[in-house]
Amino acid sequence: MNEKRMLGDQHFETMIAEESICNNENLVYQKPLKALYDTPMHYCPGCGHGVVHRLLAEVIEEMDILSDVIGVAPVGCSVLAYNYLNIDMSEAAHGRASAVATGIKRVLPEKYVFSYQGDGDLAAIGTGETIHTCNRGENILMIFINNGIYGMTGGQMAPTTLPNMKTTTSPFGRDVKTMGNPLKITDLVAALPGTYYVTRQSVHKPVNVRRTKKAIQKSFEYQKEGKGTCFIEVVSNCPSNWKMEPLESNNWMEENMFPFYPLGDLKTPNGKENKND
Amino acid sequence: MRELKLMKGNEALAEAAIRAGCDAYFGYPITPQSEILEYLSYEADRRTGMVVLQAESEIASINMVYGAAGTGKKVMTSSSSPGMSLMQEGISYIACAELPCLLVNVNRGGPGLGTIQPGQSDYFQSVKGGGHGDYKLIVLAPSTVQEMADFVDEGFKLAFKYRNPVLILTDGALGQMMEKVELMPQQERTFEDLGWTTIGRKEGRNSNAITSLHLQPDQMELVNIHLQEKYAEIVKNEIKYETIDCEDADYIIVAYGLVARICQKSASLAREKGIKVGVIRPITLFPFPYDIIREYAGKVKGMFDVEMNAGQMIEDVRLAVEGRVPIGFHGRMGGMIPSPEEILEKFEEKFIGGSK
Repeated sequence: MNEKRMLGDQHFETMIAEESICNNENLVYQKPLKALYDTPMHYCPGCGHGVVHRLLAEVIEEMDILSDVIGVAPVGCSVLAYNYLNIDMSEAAHGRASAVATGIKRVLPEKYVFSYQGDGDLAAIGTGETIHTCNRGENILMIFINNGIYGMTGGQMAPTTLPNMKTTTSPFGRDVKTMGNPLKITDLVAALPGTYYVTRQSVHKPVNVRRTKKAIQKSFEYQKEGKGTCFIEVVSNCPSNWKMEPLESNNWMEENMFPFYPLGDLKTPNGKENKND
Repeated sequence: MRELKLMKGNEALAEAAIRAGCDAYFGYPITPQSEILEYLSYEADRRTGMVVLQAESEIASINMVYGAAGTGKKVMTSSSSPGMSLMQEGISYIACAELPCLLVNVNRGGPGLGTIQPGQSDYFQSVKGGGHGDYKLIVLAPSTVQEMADFVDEGFKLAFKYRNPVLILTDGALGQMMEKVELMPQQERTFEDLGWTTIGRKEGRNSNAITSLHLQPDQMELVNIHLQEKYAEIVKNEIKYETIDCEDADYIIVAYGLVARICQKSASLAREKGIKVGVIRPITLFPFPYDIIREYAGKVKGMFDVEMNAGQMIEDVRLAVEGRVPIGFHGRMGGMIPSPEEILEKFEEKFIGGSK
């Protein structure tokens, strides 16, 4: 009956009553409400964080590991991830999410543990922890959202900011001579023996959303088998701090971010690098 | 049956951790405490299955402790002064998130890279906060190798009783010297669901979050009020100290840790000269034993504070004495240990010399 009221149209009400299409049989999508709180997120319109949160929730529900998964939130835009994901989570100090995840995994090795970090957190202040967690081959999943900017603090230059890209702390564009080059940390961790599966994906189109979901699912499966560190970079956007409309930001990302951070697998169990189409 | 061993302070502490049923140790080598990590690396896993992990830095160590402590397991780390400085941000998070864990600082002389010789110059860092924000550690100060061992189990008990980090503040001499130590029997490693921990969301409850973030200031103030109430409870219940020959004393020396033992010798040398000197040894540095010092301040002619630093605990002694009697001070710095004779000499200069 609720479904009818939500549609709020007499014609549809009649039609639905007659054909009764709103039943489980016809259900194509449902918000994963076991692992996700039914609450608005604080993320800006068009931001990729919400999609990645939802994908995590979907995979956790589908794999039925709700009581066996522990996440670690970073400092950055996703600092409040534990308010959205209805799973046990620890909120780490800036850059230290993978160390916190290591601590959890070492005392609860049978649980699924993942860390979730942005580029400033994972590739600037937390570079040491990132490299060493991957090098030890900690049996966790590391999710890395790369939008080339510090979102929460208001648009400063990140370690992954592209050359000549303008931010509040590179107002004339990133001059690589004085500000350094963007750090391809995912390529770096792929070279370490401790990582088992390293991939770079995005969530700006349905096909990419599906690929990212698949990557999360595979990573949890590998973790169950004790394979070592799985590392998923999600190249994402920041409409607010890039100062673009959401769609425009996605186009800009395709044109500028993807050539520098090409999508695809960097390290797979069969040793092949698979480039996305 | 009593089990007596001759052990280094650091080794006794490590052995006590295994026997207390500690679940995990995360640490990084630094002199003069590396024996703790070494001893545990050799002994712990094969005996109890305890996790021992050498991290890439003290920053990583303390954050591993943060993660593991959030599961309700018994976890610890140890370091020495420069390493403890690196850990302060993490300790502040742990204090705010109210995670039980055990920290050990085998204090060496500073500041800077300093020396590897013993010091007490981390008193302020340990007792007055250390990191950012209003928080307190429960600070235990052993003065013997026996206490190095005993305070491990005691520290874990306090940590879980109050959901608060506990710090054993010792020094490079106690860590390195060998003494007779009686060890407790091996305790089972146990694990229970404490309700608030991040161990995977059980059916019938919503998620648990370990966090120190409360963006709304009224909420953050409530967290602070709760912490302060907890610290007040700790002050009410957990003050520990030792008084040595204080009953008939005309003067009292206040000292903690290794220095308190040296001062006992100074006091007995004084008594040989007919000067009645007693010693008060604070065992908990937070909560600090203000009351007993205040009580004796009303009975004696003077107090004398001795530390291996430029004078840190003396500020708490002054707060306790409240100007009732004069307070003298002798401190050695940079890794130097005062001798009983030199302490007595400085004491006499302050209190006896004038009346000669």
